[in-house]
Amino acid sequence: MTMEELARLAREVRGDVVAMSHRAGTPHLGSALSCVDILVGLYGRVLRIDPARPTDPARDRFILSKGHAAMALYAVLARRGFFPTGWLETFAGEGAPLAEQPAPGCAPGVELATGSLGHGLPVGLGMALANRLSGRPGRVFVCLSDGECNEGTVWEAALFAPAQGLDRLAVVIDYNKWQATGRSNEVMALADLRAKWEAFGWRARDVDGHDLKALVGALGEVPDGSGRPVAVVAHTVKGKGVSFMEDDNNWHYRIPKSGEVAEARRQLGLAD
Amino acid sequence: MRNAFAQEITRLALEDERVVLLSGDIGNRLFDEMKARCPGRFFNCGVAEANMIGMAAGMALSGLRPVCYTIAPFLTYRCLEQIRVDLCYHHAPVVLVGTGSGLSYASLGATHHSCEEMGMLRLLPELAVVAPGDPWEVRAGLEAALRHPGPVYLRIGKKGEPAVHAARPGFEIGRAIRLREGAEVMVLAAGTILPLAVEVTGRLAEEGVDAGVASFHTVKPLDEDLLREVFGRVRVVATIEEHSVLGGLGGAVSEWLADRGGVGIRARLLRFGTADAFLHRTCEQEGAREHFGLTIPAITTAIRAALEGVTR
Repeated sequence: MTMEELARLAREVRGDVVAMSHRAGTPHLGSALSCVDILVGLYGRVLRIDPARPTDPARDRFILSKGHAAMALYAVLARRGFFPTGWLETFAGEGAPLAEQPAPGCAPGVELATGSLGHGLPVGLGMALANRLSGRPGRVFVCLSDGECNEGTVWEAALFAPAQGLDRLAVVIDYNKWQATGRSNEVMALADLRAKWEAFGWRARDVDGHDLKALVGALGEVPDGSGRPVAVVAHTVKGKGVSFMEDDNNWHYRIPKSGEVAEARRQLGLAD
Repeated sequence: MRNAFAQEITRLALEDERVVLLSGDIGNRLFDEMKARCPGRFFNCGVAEANMIGMAAGMALSGLRPVCYTIAPFLTYRCLEQIRVDLCYHHAPVVLVGTGSGLSYASLGATHHSCEEMGMLRLLPELAVVAPGDPWEVRAGLEAALRHPGPVYLRIGKKGEPAVHAARPGFEIGRAIRLREGAEVMVLAAGTILPLAVEVTGRLAEEGVDAGVASFHTVKPLDEDLLREVFGRVRVVATIEEHSVLGGLGGAVSEWLADRGGVGIRARLLRFGTADAFLHRTCEQEGAREHFGLTIPAITTAIRAALEGVTR
């Protein structure tokens, strides 16, 4: 996809996410919006995947460890052709395939059931080790939230991966500076997040998490020849793309009303 | 038991290249042969057990057959949510091997005891809970666990446990192994305490009580066929385990029994295990068993008293 197509996809996905939250009455809208560009960059340009063969053993794998942002993952997968976009309309409905947070095997392209934080990186690490042992080329990308970096297992995995020289493993931290009930740098001493990953032995870099070109550049370099796993600290804005949601943590839980959905879609250039 | 485990995992890994071993920084030298003969398939995961479970899940979801090995309390209590979500929810075929289970490491204090973990794990959907009774059962149980399509917890002891079987027994998860039949009493043992259970039945026989014993190695799923048969036939069924009387084999059999509502039930159940209490006394495994009444005289006396009570 071209950069223009990626940007268009990101706006469409944001529109989907706002509509899904409204229709299903589900929270975590701010968290889903902040990671949209990361997912679009990965699924649009970086991941070596084929929607027609979602279980190809040679594929790259992506784990959305911050499972509460599932709406963004579902919208990207649907628009990339993993399953019909119509599924988004029944999101979180009774008996629907797409649960509020990813369930095991709930939809093609969903690699792991997540929702409890701190699970995705250890599992991704195991997938990367399995790929290496089995001689498969696939890389593994794991998206964490900054709040998730409170969990001890993130740092257990962060210590282990460089010891194994797992250079086909990457984490992207959706660093939107908020966790559920406070500023993530105040609740826990997260800053300097890049320096922490670097100190743990990763090749770490800061990027603007809404700059698609920068994201694709940073993530597309995996493996980067250093023999180390890669950590991309993506500086993002919670609620990105909708002016009245941006950096307002009320949208961790708030559900948009129909007028707010219309205004959001207008701002995204998706007016009906 | 751990030597039997180390030899068997090496044998099985040589047969199946999908088998990998993850250790939580224990077993110094124990796995040298596996490391030498199966290069790249042993991972010392450090003192980071929760990460080890998650990694094993990722490996299993990518087609490998991982076995995680560390001291039982750290493998289970510490990692309950990883076991539940990463393994059970995904039905990931991972074998968890908890070593030094029960009171094996009594002298190290309650941090190293695991007398509640079978109860905790038995609640998790999809997980099989297996407690082999001797080194032969460890070997056969490991092989069965690696063939099992979902996650399995294998609860083993330390070193030096006596062999009860003369050779490798047939082993099926969910199917107890009858060692001796008894007309009046059946003793069902889970795990490392099996040799003591066998001695208990020997003592009862000397005292004129017709007592049998089975290695009831699988606490979940229960061997209901055996339970139906013995509860309908004998007068006393005794469960024995180095585990709390709550939640483990005794707990599972109690639940099964309650659901029968007495229909087809002749026997009374006696549960022998550890009390609902930490062990605060400094002692070795033998002393710890004695503290909790897990001795031949204490158990035979209680079984005889129950038999007399049933007779009256």
